Amino acid sequence: MRYNEKELQALSRQPAELAAELGMRGPKKGSVVKRRLVKLVVNFLFYFRTDEAEPVGALLLERCIVAREEPSGFSISFMEDPERKYYFKCCSEEQCQEWMEALHQASYEFMRRSLIFYRNEIQKMTGSPGAVRHI
Amino acid sequence: MKLNERSLAFYATCDAPVDNAGFLYKKGGRHAAYHRRWFVLRGNMLFYFEDAASREPVGVIILEGCTVELVEAAEEFAFAVRFAGTRARTYVLAAESQAAMEGWVKALSRASFDYLRLVVRELEQQLAAVRAGACPPPPLPRRPSALPPKENGCAVWSTEAPVASAALSGSEPPPPPPRRRASAPHGPLDAAPFAQLHEWYGQEIRALRSRWLTSRAQPDRCQGLSWATEGH
Repeated sequence: MRYNEKELQALSRQPAELAAELGMRGPKKGSVVKRRLVKLVVNFLFYFRTDEAEPVGALLLERCIVAREEPSGFSISFMEDPERKYYFKCCSEEQCQEWMEALHQASYEFMRRSLIFYRNEIQKMTGSPGAVRHI
Repeated sequence: MKLNERSLAFYATCDAPVDNAGFLYKKGGRHAAYHRRWFVLRGNMLFYFEDAASREPVGVIILEGCTVELVEAAEEFAFAVRFAGTRARTYVLAAESQAAMEGWVKALSRASFDYLRLVVRELEQQLAAVRAGACPPPPLPRRPSALPPKENGCAVWSTEAPVASAALSGSEPPPPPPRRRASAPHGPLDAAPFAQLHEWYGQEIRALRSRWLTSRAQPDRCQGLSWATEGH
């Protein structure tokens, strides 16, 4: 599938919601844990070799499953193949929680549901669904 | 760069809401011909297929950090998705009618995750304010309003175009247009006159908007288009 790689690379350089050096292991059998700079930008998770400007790779986070992996780690897999997991190792319980929380919200579909939720809540309280100026 | 293309292809054809779909002509390159493709906008991903029945997309345009513009082109109903950067690609697309073109331009302008997040945050703040039952700020001096009132007598801006509403609310009908009420049944603000509420929300949103615009000083991040200033 073709995609606009240059723009994705540019996106990886944007301010991140969360960024940290984590241990990362790919889904392939026999892969080893590597230190990667992991960066969450909008609904993409980028991972870099430390001190490299271009990411090794990116994961689109739509329809993903984030699961706890003991100790102090988590995995990301996707609905079409839930057992094919990318593993991440955090340095603490807190860091792990922080990442899981952020990843849970890092999808367009989650944002859509939030939008509907807030509009409904505002509608319930004020009788109109909230005034949002399109900019 | 590696990308989870299999998941991307799955996302292209799953049952998540579609924000717009239809045939568009896509220019192959600067001097190339147009190809007719079936486009599907879902979130900040613009997928294109050989035709409407294809199982897998030919490609995808990731829509973060772009502007959508009308363009002068030999092709009728043409518009462009432009990215910043010296060697960044500009995608020239052409719809099959004026209405289709306008629908696409509108949908694509609001497609970024960044933009959606901004809207959600604004509503989150509004809800917090409503729940806190905060006193409205002291009335501001009346400034000459350039905003014509809407036909239903209420100057609250509508939140969504019909296409986007349908996508967002899934099987539910889009929310009815805001109605002016003499007093709301619940809520701490039912005593405030509507004009005051409107001014108050408007203040908050203008402040948020100007903060957002300054933080996004690069022109390529600007999501605005001429339609954004229509009749409000």
